[in-house]
Amino acid sequence: MTALLEIKDLHAQVEEQEILKGLSLTVNPGEVHAIMGPNGSGKSTLSYVLAGKDDYEVTGGEVALQGEDLLEMEPDERAAAGVFLAFQYPVEIPGVATMTFLRTALNAQRKARGEAELSTPEFMRLVREKADKLGVSQEMLKRPVNTGFSGGEKKRAEILQMSVLEPRLCILDETDSGLDIDALRIVADGVNALRSPDRGMVVITHYQRLLDYIVPDIVHVMSRGRIVRTGGPELAKELEASGYAAYTEAA
Amino acid sequence: MPAVRETVEQVRSIDVDKYKYGFFTDIESEKAPKGLNEDIVRFISAKKGEPEWMLEWRLDALKRWRTMSEPTWARVSYPKIDFQDLYYYAAPKQSAGPQTLDDVDPELLRTYEKLGIPLREQEILAGVENSRVAVDAVFDSVSVVTTFKKELAKHGVIFCSMSEALREHPELVRKYLGSVVPVSDNYYATLNSAVFSDGSFVYVPKGVRCPMELSTYFRINEKQTGQFERTLIIADEGSYVSYLEGCTAPSRDENQLHAAVVELIALDDAEIKYSTVQNWYPGDADGKGGVYNFVTKRGDCRGRNSKISWTQVETGSAITWKYPSCILRGDNSRGEFYSIAISNGHQQIDSGTKMVHLGKNTSSRIISKGIAAGFSENTYRGLVSAHKKATNARNFTQCDSLLIGDRCGAHTVPYIEAKNASAVFEHEATTSKISDDQMFYCMSRGLGEEEAVALIVNGFVRDVIQQLPMEFMVETQKLIGISLEGSVG
Ligand SMILES: Nc1ncnc2c1ncn2[C@@H]1O[C@H](COP(=O)(O)OP(=O)(O)OP(=O)(O)O)[C@@H](O)[C@H]1O
Ligand SMILES: [Mg+2]
Repeated sequence: MTALLEIKDLHAQVEEQEILKGLSLTVNPGEVHAIMGPNGSGKSTLSYVLAGKDDYEVTGGEVALQGEDLLEMEPDERAAAGVFLAFQYPVEIPGVATMTFLRTALNAQRKARGEAELSTPEFMRLVREKADKLGVSQEMLKRPVNTGFSGGEKKRAEILQMSVLEPRLCILDETDSGLDIDALRIVADGVNALRSPDRGMVVITHYQRLLDYIVPDIVHVMSRGRIVRTGGPELAKELEASGYAAYTEAA
Repeated sequence: MPAVRETVEQVRSIDVDKYKYGFFTDIESEKAPKGLNEDIVRFISAKKGEPEWMLEWRLDALKRWRTMSEPTWARVSYPKIDFQDLYYYAAPKQSAGPQTLDDVDPELLRTYEKLGIPLREQEILAGVENSRVAVDAVFDSVSVVTTFKKELAKHGVIFCSMSEALREHPELVRKYLGSVVPVSDNYYATLNSAVFSDGSFVYVPKGVRCPMELSTYFRINEKQTGQFERTLIIADEGSYVSYLEGCTAPSRDENQLHAAVVELIALDDAEIKYSTVQNWYPGDADGKGGVYNFVTKRGDCRGRNSKISWTQVETGSAITWKYPSCILRGDNSRGEFYSIAISNGHQQIDSGTKMVHLGKNTSSRIISKGIAAGFSENTYRGLVSAHKKATNARNFTQCDSLLIGDRCGAHTVPYIEAKNASAVFEHEATTSKISDDQMFYCMSRGLGEEEAVALIVNGFVRDVIQQLPMEFMVETQKLIGISLEGSVG
């Protein structure tokens, strides 16, 4: 079986400073991996490197998506290939209605994959249905992308994008932060609905609470740019109790 | 925004050096010899069979023009224009005036096709009965096709070429021509007054709401032919009219001078909405060639409760010098200026507006969105003034600039004069850049680089796009992408 995502000995730097220092990770189709780790350990950096952000320079290692070299691709090509990153800090795009943005994105991806664009009624139906499930109002879909959204609204909007775009690899960077208890459940339901045998997920979080709802297959601890420990869901519970001290010192 | 998608497709098919509309239509033209003198003015006037007073008016303008010099205060630079090295008259050859569209040169119809004139207008050109847009096409200097006159005539609306207006409605032309932009207003307007070739004339009678948008496509098509359009729109008491002006031009090396004059007059309770999409040849990737666009546009809110609204989308021309303005003369009158000015490559834009408050309780609103990319310079220049009697004058100005790349410039030059203490003028200005984070966010969702820029810029100009008539909205969204082609990467 080809791994969905295979990261081998990845090194990456930002502004001449090495942040990822030999990170390896394999995600198979159908698996949900959780990554936990102290602030500044490089979790968001990993997610940006996977999505292809410019300022992050890969200095060593390999990343393959279903056997294809991911690092060779532009961000938009990665998106069309099925990579989706739910941002820790979603970006505002003033004046561009969320609905317009979603449609432009979906059609861009479909076109890149040689698929036909969705008609307006088909698209509207699709978005309405997904938005309802995530408690995203029609009014919010008309508002400009993330502009003036509350922290929780932004996170919901990210998951809405994810469920409309139906990516193969979902990377969630602290999607739980900023969500109230009810919203957390709704968002988790949305994410769980996307779990499928051919889809993989990397869920970055600081809190066990999210993992009560989105139960991971595998949990990793990241520290100083590396995965320093891997285990089952019980590892998250252990971290919740004991903190990261053991790992930061050991690293 | 499906338009964004189409934009990107179009953008991909374009070469930086190949202007999309850069083709040349071969219609035999009849032209006057190069240069400007009394004989040329007489030739133009005779050619058009104008009344004697019109010739005198032109000759007077020529006399004044000779005493004037080119303005230099705008933030634009270009090689000196040799006004004696230009042609001042060219007309497409045709036997009699076309009675139906079948009589129109098929070459011209093909030109429209290449220009991608919106479907509704194409329908009209194809003679479809139920379209609601009337096109008065100005092809080079002479109007060659005028449609929907009958339907307009039913409502008493006059929409014709200036030449025809001079023949059929000389009393109206004589009464209003030059009453907003006087003969000696400025160098280019005075030149226009002497040699104007043709243009559109609109008169909407009292109490009539013009039943359709009036649309004109301008096209510069002759080598080194100065274009001197003259447009006059009169909205009589209680009337309403929406006028659309749009244009493209063929690519070539020689610079082309365009000095149009547009005059709008709104009487008591009348409203004029004037929308422009300007997309003339901007010059090649090295800044060679391109249209010089020195335009004088002014509206006079002459009556009480009158309203004039300018909406412009400026994407073309090598040099743009243009300040559509409102004279708020009538009490309670209102002026509006909504502008999108996009400069890329080596384009230079110096554009803005003047809101001159003369009457009581007059109000004005200015929303300007400037987008500079490449090596371009983009200046907003605006004047808001309140005269002594303009009690309770109100203005709101919002000037936003967006920079793409770091080799271009955006400048805001607001002038404010309040001679009445009750005036309240508000001014807000911002300058921003498309951030890397925004680009990455869009691309991480699957948008290509050009598509991301087009989307972000379309968001930036949304407030102005919404002011455009439907006919222009989609076109404009496409145009924005095309204009910014090559601005990233
Ligand atoms: N653009 C940047 N310029 C400079 N340093 C950066 C940049 N991006 C990240 N870093 C640094 O890289 C390190 C890892 O940051 P990263 O955001 O990946 O951490 P994280 O694990 O996501 O932390 P958190 O849990 O707080 O979200 C930090 O020390 C951070 O300051
Ligand atoms: Mg982080």
